[in-house]
Amino acid sequence: MASANLYFERQTRWRPLETAFWLAALLPFAVTPAYLSLASQVAITALFALSLDLLVGYAGLVSLGHAAFFGTGAYTVGLLAKHYWAEPLSGLLIAAVVAGIAGYALSSIIVRFKHLALIMLTLGVGLLLHEAANSASALTGGADGLQGFRVDSVLGFKFDMFGKTAYAYSLAVLFVSFLIARRIIHSPFGLALRGIRENAMRMPAIGAASQAHLRKVYTLSAAMAGVAGALLTQTTSTVSLEVLSFGRSADVLVILILGGAGRLYGGILGAIIYMVARDQFSGINPQYWYFWIGLLLVAVVMFLPNGILGGLNALYKKSK
Amino acid sequence: MQSLVGVLFDGFAYGMLLFLLSVGLSVTLGMMNFVNLAHCSFAMVGGYAAVTLVNSYGWPFLATLPLAFVAAALVSVVLERLLYRRLYRASELDQCLFTIGIVFISVAAASWFFGTVQQPVSVPDYLRGSVEFMGVRFAVYRMFLIAVALAVTAILVFSLEYTHFGAKVRAAVDNQRMARGLGIDVDRAFMITFALGGGLAGLGGALAIEIVGLDPAFAFTYLVYVLIVVAVGGLGSIGGSFAAATVLGISDMAGKYYFPWLGAFLIYLVMVALLMWRPAGMFGKR
Amino acid sequence: MLSTRNLSKSFGSLVVAQDISLTLPKGVRYALIGPNGAGKTTLINLMTGMLRPDAGQILLDGGEITALKPEARVRRGLARTFQINTLFPHLTALESVSLAILERDGHAHNWWQNLPRFRESTDEATATLESLNLAGDRDRLTRELPYGKQRLLEIALALATRPRVLLLDEPAAGVPRDESAGIFGAIAGLSTDLTILFIEHDMDVVFRFASRVLVMVSGSILVEGTPEEIARDATVREVYLGKKAHG
Repeated sequence: MASANLYFERQTRWRPLETAFWLAALLPFAVTPAYLSLASQVAITALFALSLDLLVGYAGLVSLGHAAFFGTGAYTVGLLAKHYWAEPLSGLLIAAVVAGIAGYALSSIIVRFKHLALIMLTLGVGLLLHEAANSASALTGGADGLQGFRVDSVLGFKFDMFGKTAYAYSLAVLFVSFLIARRIIHSPFGLALRGIRENAMRMPAIGAASQAHLRKVYTLSAAMAGVAGALLTQTTSTVSLEVLSFGRSADVLVILILGGAGRLYGGILGAIIYMVARDQFSGINPQYWYFWIGLLLVAVVMFLPNGILGGLNALYKKSK
Repeated sequence: MQSLVGVLFDGFAYGMLLFLLSVGLSVTLGMMNFVNLAHCSFAMVGGYAAVTLVNSYGWPFLATLPLAFVAAALVSVVLERLLYRRLYRASELDQCLFTIGIVFISVAAASWFFGTVQQPVSVPDYLRGSVEFMGVRFAVYRMFLIAVALAVTAILVFSLEYTHFGAKVRAAVDNQRMARGLGIDVDRAFMITFALGGGLAGLGGALAIEIVGLDPAFAFTYLVYVLIVVAVGGLGSIGGSFAAATVLGISDMAGKYYFPWLGAFLIYLVMVALLMWRPAGMFGKR
Repeated sequence: MLSTRNLSKSFGSLVVAQDISLTLPKGVRYALIGPNGAGKTTLINLMTGMLRPDAGQILLDGGEITALKPEARVRRGLARTFQINTLFPHLTALESVSLAILERDGHAHNWWQNLPRFRESTDEATATLESLNLAGDRDRLTRELPYGKQRLLEIALALATRPRVLLLDEPAAGVPRDESAGIFGAIAGLSTDLTILFIEHDMDVVFRFASRVLVMVSGSILVEGTPEEIARDATVREVYLGKKAHG
């Protein structure tokens, strides 16, 4: 009997399609240089979606308020820059720590709940933070947000007008975070998360401390979302109240489900499709945009419950 | 003192509106555990039905109310039969996403047909103005709203406790599997309950126009409040929805009047605190 | 060795456990029988910590575990299976059992090392599956396994925690006769150091695999003894076996 290890090795191996994907991510530099700032936005959104995937796709939790951590990271870096600490890499790190702490604190409350109470709590916390930031305008600039600060160069590369530095920076951060997420997923902890997702009731019966696991994934996910928010601030030199909005929480959830949750690349794929489509259709009245998103959501849930990647996977299996 | 009574009165009226909007969702969630985030879209259907009848067809306002109820109930049933029933076994996340999709579609449809502006509706003269009592002014419309809500509550409680159908609903909310085992047609009971709940939301939507206005964003704006009422009041509990709606309505009014700089912060904080204390809602069954 | 003292639990006026005191000595195979609704699964839920008792104590190997959470009891050596399959649908049999072993050995908190590094754990998982004749289905998703094999996987998951006391809730529930022999054969083959209690309705199985029998009715232990003694006991016949003879 072949060693069990072979199975796990096959799961964790780096596939050629993946290498092709990451190399292709460099294409915008050469092929579409006019769209580099859009590419940065896609990378940032992909990172945000990846952080949510850890929670939704792997641990099986629902969160309608993940923008709380995104916004925490964004405001952290903005406030630091406004108060003269504008070094980007350390800013990222600080944002990750602050968002991570927020995630850890919140998780102590949230992991005790299920079903509607959980949904409402995540929604409520998101709304709460948004309102708080709105009211605390002395600190956060309220509805106007934070402006008028510049972020320093990254490792000697200035943030240029064409968005080259921004994209290189965002892509690099996305890639490193992706590697970390990959590690998490292929670790014993990742298996435990999937166990919680698959059957939360069975976990205590095999001696698992589910709540401790959930708190950990919450912290990691929040930190990653914070990094994404920080990136947004650093590449756009502004922070708007919108980073904490329910709209942002809903959008990232849609993106993740579109691409396919629990498949590592789902959030990235969803982000690419969604952001590019939104850019292309930006002339349309926002009401109509939401019509198509609504239709898409309904269609995905009914026909493609595992998102696009899930659909492709099913097609691939059928063709064999 | 006058302002306190005034705030309590206005808050209670607002709470009654929230109750009408929420009670249907609370009961259907308690029965089928189906997370229908599109519930406020039914309210919108009722509201826009009333607006159309009054503005385009010259109906008297009061006559549009039953029609708002019926229109919303019809839309609910169609939606339930065609789409929702396929998702009863789906995950909560899928149900959330699906119904959010429906909300988006309904908001876009409302914008398309009615534009994005607030809808005007002319309320009959006998419902306007206010009455003075013991030095406090009470708006007539708000008294009307409270009366309607209390009448509805009485009818609901009576039918739940004393009719055959009500017994079936209570059984299904309590233990669906057992109810089916006893031969109760839970699916049919649910469909009727769903229609009634949607209809009530439609009625609430029509009544809401005079108090909070109607525009396509209604389906989203009030969704949050409705969810708060349902979560805090407890699933499947009419009394719970009533109590939670009252508390929420009064807190919101009081907040706006006494602490305007807090905005909606107070409401969300109260909700989070209450949910942490009682995750199943104040009167929830689990 | 597992024992309870005066264990009681009620839901309002419904008494599901009434003053239950029993001792399961090491290595003995106990069958827990009784009519439906007698409270057998409730007793397992109380012993494993899924339900908190209103009164009484539970002791494992002499140490009190009444206040411990379910996962803590598992770590002390008390494992159970569920009457209705409570498995991980989208995990393979190998992944499921490996997870249990990794949890047991305290590796599940590790998020920075790849699974292939934990060769020992995954090899042990394979061995556990082999002992229950599931080795060939190792890489299949749980949801794709036939029902009988899923019941075996239930047991595999519990065994992976290296229990000292094993509580099996109707291990062959819903499994046709010819397959249930396989399941009980596997149970019979388990180490004699293991204390086993299984809930069962089939009296043939009870006679073949149990050395002692507990009869539970309406929340209390009616009588305890060897299978032969129980079969002869008049009150048991009346309450339980008597019905069986007709049905």
